[in-house]
Amino acid sequence: MATVETNLAPHAHVEEHEHHEPDSFWRKYIFSEDHKTIAKQYLISGIFWSIIGISMSVIFRLQLGFPDMELGFLKPILRGWINESNKLDPNFYLALVTMHGTIMVFFVLTAGLSGTFSNFLIPLQVGARDMASGFLNMLSYWFFFVASVLMFASLFLETGPAGGGWVIYPPLSALPQAHISSELGMTLWLASMALFIVSQLLGGINYITTVINLRTRGMSFSKLPLTIWAFFLTAVLGLISFPVLLSAALLLIFDRSFGTSFYLSEIYINGEALPNVGGSPILFQHLFWFLGHPEVYIVMLPALGITSEIIATNARKPIFGYRAMIASMMGIAFLAFIVWAHHMFVTGMNPFLGSIFMFLTLIIAVPSAVKAFNYITTLWRGNIRFTPGMLFSIGLVSFFISGGVTGLILGNSALDIQLHDTYFVVAHFHLVMGASSAFGLLAGVYHWFPKMFGRLMNEKLGYVHFWMTFIGIYCVFFPMHYIGIAGFPRRYYAFTSYDFTKNIFADMNSFISIAAIITFSAQFLFLFNFVYSLFRGKRSPQNPWKSNTLEWTAPINPGHGNWVGEIPAVYRWPYDYSKPGAKDDFIPQNVPYSQTPESNLPHENELIGLEKEIEAQNLNDQFKQPH
Amino acid sequence: MIYIVGLLAVIFLAMAAVVVSRMAAVVRNVGGTEDGDDSSYTGISNKINGAMFMVFLILGGIAATWSFMHSTQYFLPEASSPHGRRTDELFWISMAIVTFSAVLTNVILFYFSYRYQARKGYKAAYYPENHKLELIWTVVPAVVMAVMVFTGWRAWRDIMSEAPQGAQEIEIVGKQFNWIVRYPGVDDNKLGNYNYKLTDNNNEVGIDYSDEKAFDDFTSTTEMHIPVGKPIALKIRARDVLHSVFIPHMRVKMDAVPGMPTRFWFTADKTTEQMKNELNNQDFTYEIACTEVCGRGHFSMRVRLIVEDEDSWKKWCAEQKPLLTSFPEYASRIPANLKAKAAKYLPADAAAPSDSTTASTQQGGAAASVSLR
Repeated sequence: MATVETNLAPHAHVEEHEHHEPDSFWRKYIFSEDHKTIAKQYLISGIFWSIIGISMSVIFRLQLGFPDMELGFLKPILRGWINESNKLDPNFYLALVTMHGTIMVFFVLTAGLSGTFSNFLIPLQVGARDMASGFLNMLSYWFFFVASVLMFASLFLETGPAGGGWVIYPPLSALPQAHISSELGMTLWLASMALFIVSQLLGGINYITTVINLRTRGMSFSKLPLTIWAFFLTAVLGLISFPVLLSAALLLIFDRSFGTSFYLSEIYINGEALPNVGGSPILFQHLFWFLGHPEVYIVMLPALGITSEIIATNARKPIFGYRAMIASMMGIAFLAFIVWAHHMFVTGMNPFLGSIFMFLTLIIAVPSAVKAFNYITTLWRGNIRFTPGMLFSIGLVSFFISGGVTGLILGNSALDIQLHDTYFVVAHFHLVMGASSAFGLLAGVYHWFPKMFGRLMNEKLGYVHFWMTFIGIYCVFFPMHYIGIAGFPRRYYAFTSYDFTKNIFADMNSFISIAAIITFSAQFLFLFNFVYSLFRGKRSPQNPWKSNTLEWTAPINPGHGNWVGEIPAVYRWPYDYSKPGAKDDFIPQNVPYSQTPESNLPHENELIGLEKEIEAQNLNDQFKQPH
Repeated sequence: MIYIVGLLAVIFLAMAAVVVSRMAAVVRNVGGTEDGDDSSYTGISNKINGAMFMVFLILGGIAATWSFMHSTQYFLPEASSPHGRRTDELFWISMAIVTFSAVLTNVILFYFSYRYQARKGYKAAYYPENHKLELIWTVVPAVVMAVMVFTGWRAWRDIMSEAPQGAQEIEIVGKQFNWIVRYPGVDDNKLGNYNYKLTDNNNEVGIDYSDEKAFDDFTSTTEMHIPVGKPIALKIRARDVLHSVFIPHMRVKMDAVPGMPTRFWFTADKTTEQMKNELNNQDFTYEIACTEVCGRGHFSMRVRLIVEDEDSWKKWCAEQKPLLTSFPEYASRIPANLKAKAAKYLPADAAAPSDSTTASTQQGGAAASVSLR
């Protein structure tokens, strides 16, 4: 018999304490099996990596924006990578570009975003005590940690970290004689990524199992918040595609260390003809992008899920087209697997295959467009509260649109001929995937900070942070399209070797670099806000945003097991905001229809009869399982 | 250009300053009244944020338009190939469509954010779905996209079709860090076989002299000359790692893959001279670049491309020495039965005796490399 009252009023006497000794420091904060702690570990690791990853981009933006600049002042950090004439070493430039990409895509936007919010929100929003396996969850973080240590260590190698682009195409990445970074740096990159993939798989299995098996009473799939749908589909994507990257990496390891020829054929390098024949570098590209493309959605879907939740909550309106949102996410998740070769239109792949992939690629724009329209319609006639989380969510939608539309051009193989591997591509994916997902991450932190730490972040600082970041990112990536249309290739150390890039857009590049530096500096406002609010922030009420989802029915600082007493049952969908007739503008999911006769829609009155059934369902409470 | 940067920088700083000062004012003056009312979000902060969306929209719109207009002069360098002009046209049409939709949706997004900011005593509409609306905005983008895809696909199909009969074959080979261009020679106008195992410092592309078509082949590492108005079939190879041939003015891009020859055909229809006059730039030259990261020198793999009329192109070709003439020591690789045919490319005294064992192994190697393709 779970009613709102029993859930909200904490019962302090339930049998959960039967086998409790106070956890040691190590078990509580380091090797914790509690999903909330693990989420925070992911978040802090993600923030750490993002500082490193973005700093790298600032260093190479200095090189691109101010090619004549004396970089001697970086010598204390970069040591030998600044040469005698105080310039950045071209090899290290490539390493910076590579590590920026790897770190941001995998360590920040995959681990930092999915790792944090899937871990934190799945049990809290589906109504579970914890993840299906706390131990696997802990293992997942610590695999990620070891992967991080290896990647971090590779930054300090004498030969530098990996440097063949984040896509590490062989033969460049396979042959140490081809590039200095393909020595130990690439070995560590591959080892680190192999461990990272293990971590992702352990995490993904856990997310999927938890969503399927541990939903609370009444929480059917059609009542799941869109965040959970997004995390669920993301985990499925990762589970299917990451093993393919692992196999690509393993074959590359074989080619590098054991003399196989999976990716190598007919190579003459450094005055020596290698014996390898019969391999294909294109095979690697297929394997890589079979993960690489779904990876874009692994990064993007959680951000879209978070946005859905925050926009609905703060517009005080149900998300528009809940089912269409789920359908489009499923559509995106499915199509994500069959569009990978649009990264390879001009690799010499059969042009007929190119045609097929062009058709499939452009289909994916339809569900994406539907999502954008649904967000906009959710705002329509809303009552919008601009919390920092809401601002970042609206910013995300703007980036998603502005960056997404150029995908229609790049996905068109005829137009891709000229634009492939130019700054147009860089501008496109930084907006649609980089900036959008980063905004999803930031929105999520602002929104769920009270649930994580029991305190509110400073809103005013959040506003300044948002506007500086939002304007700054547009200033960085909008003009970058121009440079791409002019044909500037990416991953160039300097633009002085060619007439078609010499002497033009030098000041535009400087402008972009300045905007990047300002945007980067603005992130320290966030960092300060984060750390300050952690200790000195205003204490949060139980449901600071007046939100409907289950996590806000848990105590302000949920302990192990999340709810004191019984886990609440769920009777309605999570978006009953501003329902006509209701006295408040929100009705949490755990409020039965029988208590809200004034606002029920006709078909909902019929559901009152099912409430007894829901309450009688198996509790699925991990604390009540025999063990 | 400096003006664009200046303006954008000023706008950026001004907006940042506005935000900071307004926020500071808010913190100072209205903090108290706000705190009492912060759960309904109808205070001044909310109004400022709402208004900022409109400010951003208007100033951002101006900045975007202005910077666009001032950058157009550098966009898509003048195309010199028919297929290039076709894709350029498609590009600008697609760009117009997507810019229009992006601007429209962004305007609506920002306007709604501003218009529907929280008001006291107001309750949002309960409007969870509208199937008709959803159907419309699923179908409309789908149709527009179908049209874009179809036109793009037709262009792609034509560009990627087999090179027409009579196209001039030229081989371009990427290596760290330059391009090597091989011509089929003036006598037979056919590229000879190659085998990567025959590569060395002089025979940079591994020409296989057991094939008589190879005798008159010549190479160049600084310039590529092509005739105007004649289809050029580029045969693209890489010697060590991936490279990518990029000829910006011709709208040509194709990866060079070790072990897997690729190709791209195009027609240049403006000579270098014509372009010099058209662009009013006497220093103009077509260029070939690399667009697949290939190591330290990736950013400087420049080869000049000279487009000239067919007569001067033929004259230039005739002036080039076949590789065999420059390095007569390769004559030892020529099988005995072809010696006579090769004689005209060799100085009279260099008819070295053939070494039967090397010749046969090389023949074997060549056969292997051909069968692998």
